[in-house]
Amino acid sequence: MGSDPEFAQGVATSLLDLVGSTPLVELPRLSPRPDVRLYAKLEGQNPSGSIKDRIAKAMLDAAEATGELAPGRRLLEPTSGNTGIALALAARLRGHPLTCVVPANVTAERRRLLELYGAEIVDSPGEEGSNGAVRLALSLAEQDSGYFMPFQYANEANPRAHYEGTGAEIADALDRVDVLVAGLGTGGTLMGAGARLRESFPDVVVAAAEPLPGDEVMGLRSLEDGYVPPLLDVSKLDRKLLVTNAEAVAGLRLLLEREAVLGGVSSGAVVHAALHLADELDEGVIVCVLADGGWKYLSADFWDADDAESAMERSVWW
Amino acid sequence: MATIRIPPTLRAEVGGARELAANGSTVSDVIDDLVARFPALEAQLLRDGELADFVNVYVRGEDVRTRDGLDTEVRDGDQLILLPAMAGGCFGVRPRGV
Repeated sequence: MGSDPEFAQGVATSLLDLVGSTPLVELPRLSPRPDVRLYAKLEGQNPSGSIKDRIAKAMLDAAEATGELAPGRRLLEPTSGNTGIALALAARLRGHPLTCVVPANVTAERRRLLELYGAEIVDSPGEEGSNGAVRLALSLAEQDSGYFMPFQYANEANPRAHYEGTGAEIADALDRVDVLVAGLGTGGTLMGAGARLRESFPDVVVAAAEPLPGDEVMGLRSLEDGYVPPLLDVSKLDRKLLVTNAEAVAGLRLLLEREAVLGGVSSGAVVHAALHLADELDEGVIVCVLADGGWKYLSADFWDADDAESAMERSVWW
Repeated sequence: MATIRIPPTLRAEVGGARELAANGSTVSDVIDDLVARFPALEAQLLRDGELADFVNVYVRGEDVRTRDGLDTEVRDGDQLILLPAMAGGCFGVRPRGV
């Protein structure tokens, strides 16, 4: 924020100054009993609409500070989702061109959003999903040293953004946190916010909601083609819950019907996991990190489909 | 008796089955039962007697690594799910041929 007295307080000089400090709202109508208090951290309120604005900004800040990311240097990142969109926004404002490596079968609206924010797109084999995009991006970066790859899966600025931001904001806002629930992707939110909350609330249970992929998206030749993000230390998770697409959609519908919160698919999964964990508590405070809003999913068929699993084509949605 | 969901990458090792039944009161017992019948699974699932890093096993919808690992209790009628570790952040990707 500028300190010029000519400008009213609350006027930002850049969209990037508006990243973080997201609202925390109580969800009393979702709580299974009055002594279990549920809160949602609304990360969809970030400038590009998701929690990934935090790490996009943090990864560029860190690389610019070390000089590794010189002015105008091209960025390369494997992503078909929120990280690509967040990086595209941040890269445009900071003057860096961006190439996203995206599975060829990514939905049209993801591709369109990336293009509108100015990203160049390179396709990776669709049947290899995100693991294939990671592999291709790593090999492109190896062949051409002109690229700078933030690489959210291994960049320490990712969990640090959640330690200093997401986690600190929750710890400052609440006197007590018993359970933190967030979606598992790179592991950044869970590792960073989890570590920060453990400092304030040593007994906090850090719980991951993880997508159950359909057979069709597991186009791996062997289990060894699997990928564990280097940032993710499973020993730092207290719970790791598998959530089906149908369960995530049920969570989304509850969130919308009871609390009028329009969440993205991973938010539905987080709510589902949170309610499962709430059943184990007589009393306590559960914080759900809702990574994005439902706006980017409006064209999807699952909102009112009887068979959400079929409507989602057994894809992975976060 | 528990059922075990087999991911596509392991089906060749088990004669193409998508799901198998197996006996055991812990995850370790169930895997031993499977490996006794399908020895090629051992090299895919285990490293030095522990679950390989790229393999996730879930009992009642929860990763056994955040429960009691291979000692996690398996009850009659439970479903176990075997999955390869997948990178997150790939939402919006449609499956093959769609």
